[in-house]
Amino acid sequence: MTEPPHPTGLAGTSEMPDGVASADDLPAVELRDIWKRFPGVVANAGAHLRVRRGSVHAVLGENGAGKSTLMNVLSGVYRPDEGDVRIGGMAHHFRTPADALAAGVGMVHQEFRLVPSFTVAENVVLGACERIVRRSAVEFAVGALAERFGLATEPDRPVWQLSMGERQRVEILKALWRDAQILILDEPTAVLTPGEADELGAVLRHMADDGRTVVFISHKLHEVMGFCDEATVLRGGKTVAASLSVADTDASELAGLMVGASPVITERPPLREAGEVRLEVRHLRCLDDRGLNGLDGMELAVRSGEIVGIAGVAGNGQRELTQCIAGLRPVESGTVHLMGEDRTDASPRQRFADGLGYIPEDRLGVGLAPRLSVTDNAVLRTYGRHRRGPFLDSGAATSHCRDLVDQFGVRTGPLDEPIAGLSGGNLQRLLVGRELVDGPRVVVAAQPTRGLDVQGVKAIQDLLVGERDAGAAVLLISEDLDELLTLADRLLVIHAGRIVAEFDPTAAERHAIGEAMVGHAVPVDDQAANR
Amino acid sequence: MNEASLIGLFEATVSFGALLYLAALGEMIAEKAGILNLGVEGMMAMGAVTGFVVALQTGNPWVALVAAVAAGAMVGLLHGFFTVVLGAEQVVSGLSLTILGLGLAAFVGRGSVGEPAGAEMVSVDWGPLSDIPWAGPILFAQSPFVYLAVIMGFVTWFVLWRTRLGLAVRAAGESASTADAAGHSVVGIRLAAVATGGGLAGASGAYLTLSLTPQWADGIVAGRGWIAVALVIFGAWRPGRVAVGALLFGLTLALKTRLQTFGVDFSPILLSMLPYLLTISVLVAISIRSRNRPSPAPAALGIAYRREER
Repeated sequence: MTEPPHPTGLAGTSEMPDGVASADDLPAVELRDIWKRFPGVVANAGAHLRVRRGSVHAVLGENGAGKSTLMNVLSGVYRPDEGDVRIGGMAHHFRTPADALAAGVGMVHQEFRLVPSFTVAENVVLGACERIVRRSAVEFAVGALAERFGLATEPDRPVWQLSMGERQRVEILKALWRDAQILILDEPTAVLTPGEADELGAVLRHMADDGRTVVFISHKLHEVMGFCDEATVLRGGKTVAASLSVADTDASELAGLMVGASPVITERPPLREAGEVRLEVRHLRCLDDRGLNGLDGMELAVRSGEIVGIAGVAGNGQRELTQCIAGLRPVESGTVHLMGEDRTDASPRQRFADGLGYIPEDRLGVGLAPRLSVTDNAVLRTYGRHRRGPFLDSGAATSHCRDLVDQFGVRTGPLDEPIAGLSGGNLQRLLVGRELVDGPRVVVAAQPTRGLDVQGVKAIQDLLVGERDAGAAVLLISEDLDELLTLADRLLVIHAGRIVAEFDPTAAERHAIGEAMVGHAVPVDDQAANR
Repeated sequence: MNEASLIGLFEATVSFGALLYLAALGEMIAEKAGILNLGVEGMMAMGAVTGFVVALQTGNPWVALVAAVAAGAMVGLLHGFFTVVLGAEQVVSGLSLTILGLGLAAFVGRGSVGEPAGAEMVSVDWGPLSDIPWAGPILFAQSPFVYLAVIMGFVTWFVLWRTRLGLAVRAAGESASTADAAGHSVVGIRLAAVATGGGLAGASGAYLTLSLTPQWADGIVAGRGWIAVALVIFGAWRPGRVAVGALLFGLTLALKTRLQTFGVDFSPILLSMLPYLLTISVLVAISIRSRNRPSPAPAALGIAYRREER
């Protein structure tokens, strides 16, 4: 690719109908016929994207449709094998993310690019500051920028102490700090609560009105409808619909374009009779990563045959709760009971033997080992069974893995390859499959559908409902209120490390749940007293 | 145990401390950028022999120092080429570097064994300061290398924690993909850091042959490169704490040859284990303290970075 190919008929067909040839009418971003291949995968197979200046443009597609790859091409992380990248009408050949930044393209990645041991301010100014870094001045400037765009943050806090939502605000600040004119957000709302997502939408709209251009990757169609101007849909690495005006389309049309079939709507599954208490948490207290109260008198019980949903603003003890139940975080006081037995001090392995399935929030950090093969990951819990004498029986392990992959519909390459190349949805199917394949008696699922596409969400939700129907006690923690209202038989609200309210999902008002999530609610003890 | 021998002990403590500090600072810079270089021993040997041979040829200790720094930096760059450019395993490359450096130094210096030094670094005379009782001989009559080590300590702290460059170096060592996404060249930063580290190890080696024991003998580095590696861990990757550790470890080196003159019946062999025992204790303390917080070690230490890896 020594010289850019001569414009073909494509340029003519994609002209604006009323296009007058002035610089302002040139699209802020134009990607033409992008191809990008990885070993064994064609991630982009002739994808197009055309984004109007000053608009919020949604890029939609299933997991593995090539959205992230396309955005990485646009932001200089990947070099395309073929194709043109044009910014404001000018052809660019980005060799590094720095080149893209210099052209005004900033990206907020799905996996945050933050240094956990650095402060917020250090992370924001990394790569874009004076030669001499004056701490207080930099922290002040970052604080001022955050305030201007309504992004609440503490510039002097180290990032490892922050919640996912807070970390995302740092990522957005990084791009704003560099005065990015084109901001790409890769599934930004996947880590946000509904309220935070709305706030983000307002920030993005504000930026677009400011003349900046926002490219927004999302699975959530109501967000696309809510604050995007145009949408481009990718499927199988190709663009199947380019720059649709959101005003002229609707959610079901977009969903249809994404999956290539009619949209899936999850019906509320019928209620079953709940059985005996299988998971009980009594007056549990623990510390969070900062050494502050993570859980502060947590009480809950989950019965066989029910799904108990936990709603809450991120960082109110959800992570600590799942870790305490799984045996991954030391408990200060209180107890965790499994099947009626006090298992507060049991090891994670003992709890697994008790029948606890654990789907952690952090898929690639806690749930799966990225550099191990599909098979190794599949047997991480059960390798003790696949053995011949003291040795691992690789034949048995492989056949166990093949069964699991088939049963849970994991799309994967060779089973002895590292899992790092799998898409998010397939990683999650593998993880959920591993935890559910033995029919656990208690399932703890933290954000199990975060960042998955429509079909992936449906598949995981169906699996959880299936476990419930088979008699498991399911604790579901999610930041997606719709998901909780759809799946949960009882809905608890967590705030400041304790349960502050309980709702019946069939009769609950969103408004009341929202009030409880921010701490304005009747204490659960009072409600319990009325029961 | 009289006053003169105590003063001598502390003087030697500061000298040995500076020797270790120069090499440990270099290793710390490389590790802060994410490159573990176990070749310190070899780089010191190369610096030592280069300094000695160049001093023989030129008679100028400063030219010899520059040559020693350059030699250390070259050996460091070799490690950089293997680990940063080719993505080789850092432990393996570093260990080979030690063997290579020791062997090459013995080869280069084979004709110089037993020769009198061509030039020596003269101790700095601070005038009236040098006459202060105790502090004068211990602090103000030392080799220029000691003051170089102190200055490099401050420079390293300032550059790593107060400049844009330092932010980039630390980011490369904590999360290379983040540094890359922020527009820094991870390859460039890491090569520069490992070369700087090699240069400081070379200076440390030259301190041996130009000042401390002005002669060349095979095996003159005598394991001090390994102590420098341990010192970085002991100092939790912070220049100030590494300095404290350098003095502590320097004291054990100084005591080793003096125990018997002090009439203390303690095996010097056990004493030379002390730096490593202290380092292991610090490792234990770090892991106890950091159950719920990140370890002070750079998070990406020892991990090769490739951009297009998915």
